[in-house]
Amino acid sequence: MVKLVSQPICPVADTRDLPQALRQALSDKISEVVVFRDEVTLVVPREHIIEVLTHLRDVQQFNMLTDETCVDYYPREPRFGILYQLYSLPRNLRLRVKVMLSEYDPKMPTAVGVYRNANWLEREIYDLFGIHFEGHPDLRRILLPANWQGHPLRKEVPVAVEENAFSFNRARIDAQKPYATE
Amino acid sequence: MEQTLIQVEDAPSNQVRLEDVQLDITFEQLKRLVSPRALTGETMLLNMGPQHPSTHGVLRLLLELDGETIVNCIPDIGYLHTGIEKTAESKTYLKAIPLTDRTDYLAPMSNNLAFCGAVEKLVGIEVPLRAQYLRVILMELTRMNSHLVWLGTHALDIGAMSVFLYCMREREMILDIYEAVSGARMMSSYIRPGGLWRDVPAHFPQLVQRVLDVFPARLLEYEKLLKENPMWKERTVGVGKISAEDAIAWGMTGPCLRGSGVNYDVRKAQPYSSYDHFEFSVPVGSAGDVYDRYLCRMEEFHQSLKIIRQAMAKLPPGPVMTDDRKVAPPPKHEIAYSMESLIHHFKLWTEGFKAPEGEVYFAVESGKGEYGVLLSGDGSSKPRRVHFRAPSFHNLQPISQISKGALLADIVAIIGSIDIVLGDVDR
Repeated sequence: MVKLVSQPICPVADTRDLPQALRQALSDKISEVVVFRDEVTLVVPREHIIEVLTHLRDVQQFNMLTDETCVDYYPREPRFGILYQLYSLPRNLRLRVKVMLSEYDPKMPTAVGVYRNANWLEREIYDLFGIHFEGHPDLRRILLPANWQGHPLRKEVPVAVEENAFSFNRARIDAQKPYATE
Repeated sequence: MEQTLIQVEDAPSNQVRLEDVQLDITFEQLKRLVSPRALTGETMLLNMGPQHPSTHGVLRLLLELDGETIVNCIPDIGYLHTGIEKTAESKTYLKAIPLTDRTDYLAPMSNNLAFCGAVEKLVGIEVPLRAQYLRVILMELTRMNSHLVWLGTHALDIGAMSVFLYCMREREMILDIYEAVSGARMMSSYIRPGGLWRDVPAHFPQLVQRVLDVFPARLLEYEKLLKENPMWKERTVGVGKISAEDAIAWGMTGPCLRGSGVNYDVRKAQPYSSYDHFEFSVPVGSAGDVYDRYLCRMEEFHQSLKIIRQAMAKLPPGPVMTDDRKVAPPPKHEIAYSMESLIHHFKLWTEGFKAPEGEVYFAVESGKGEYGVLLSGDGSSKPRRVHFRAPSFHNLQPISQISKGALLADIVAIIGSIDIVLGDVDR
């Protein structure tokens, strides 16, 4: 049976009070609240991320993980930002949570225990950025083949590499030509 | 007639030995994904896809079967990965639009709008009302286009051949409109940051009117073919069930979520492109099975027609592109006499406009669910990162849970009802 509904669960909510409320509720666990274009972003240190996500899901009713992805801020340090895009169905609110990771320690605790659909999203981040999610049940490449070298969405990887079709450079020929080996 | 019994050891079969599985996966990883019975050969591993007509592209599933019952379903995606997100980082904001067409290639305009909406939000561009209304009309036509392909292929998978032919016939009318407005039948790239590429041609109202006139009767035809058809109901009612809690936890959106009884539609919850100017309803199911997802999508056809009718009646005159020359190119005649316009023209087509540093998320309700774009600008004219929140990717993920305990024949109905496009899953 299908019924027709003409109203959303909750009318468009005001995000103006949200930063203050979150600051009060999570004062010791978040490092910063950023508001840009009416979108609220919580910056959270890595060690508190699971606590914060659990609180947001259970207390603040952000019951849906819309998206999780990574941004490479090269050449800044900390270099990687993991973004969790959350949505609350009952409150009709969006919220972003951000964790900054160092280039030399690209590790995160997994969010699969809090949001189930983080499974494939974290596999994608691991595949394309090489961020390691600790405790992930099935961390392997998802989009690229298993024998792929490197993590292509990192900024140091070029968009495309064109190989020389022909060259007089002896060293280059030697490097490119597959000689028969014993 | 004499019957010959074949010894099990000699039987020719498609059965994959666990040691021989080519899934880009080590034996140890695979052992975690299948049940212990697969190791003893008690259950059977069957490969399905990536070249299989009812996987709607290049989806590959490794199925663990106990008789005909699915014990485990392990999806393997990535066969259509084209690095669209990486390529977009090397393009200016305008030149990245053609890439978005190619993600969900059955609903190109929705993708265009999601990307342009994110750019408009990041840069802070106002879109003229006429462009917003035209976007709504095209968005709803795109939804119908996407649903027509879904209905045709879904019915074809289950065994109703003729529906496919009818759906392709009607889809032609919508592709004609695409061609009239953008010049391309599928890869439209018609929606641009700040508005539309150009105004619609003079015969656009007639083309849309033809759709509005023809469709209601055709929808009745489809419903006559399927809605109360006992064979259709036998294959779909109670199949592929997912509860509302699970659907939310898995991040499903669109008709897959609404089929489970959750009232969430981005057009209503967070209206964009003046969707709040129109009256329409959102169909919400209850059972969360293949049949309810089918009913939701069928009702969405009627609602789309309703929106198009209102938008055509209220379509205001005026420009379809913002007059902010920093993001929109000047009209050709202005370039001939204005030096400033010439500079703008030159700067826009060589360097592109610059976007500020920061992150925005913009979502639209595409035919398949919430299509979002997470855009990170770095102050230059190229994005630092574009991430497409692809509805097919999120809707496909719970297939391992939905198909658990279902029959092998039902997996085809389940894939069809989830309505995936592999270009969208793999990007």
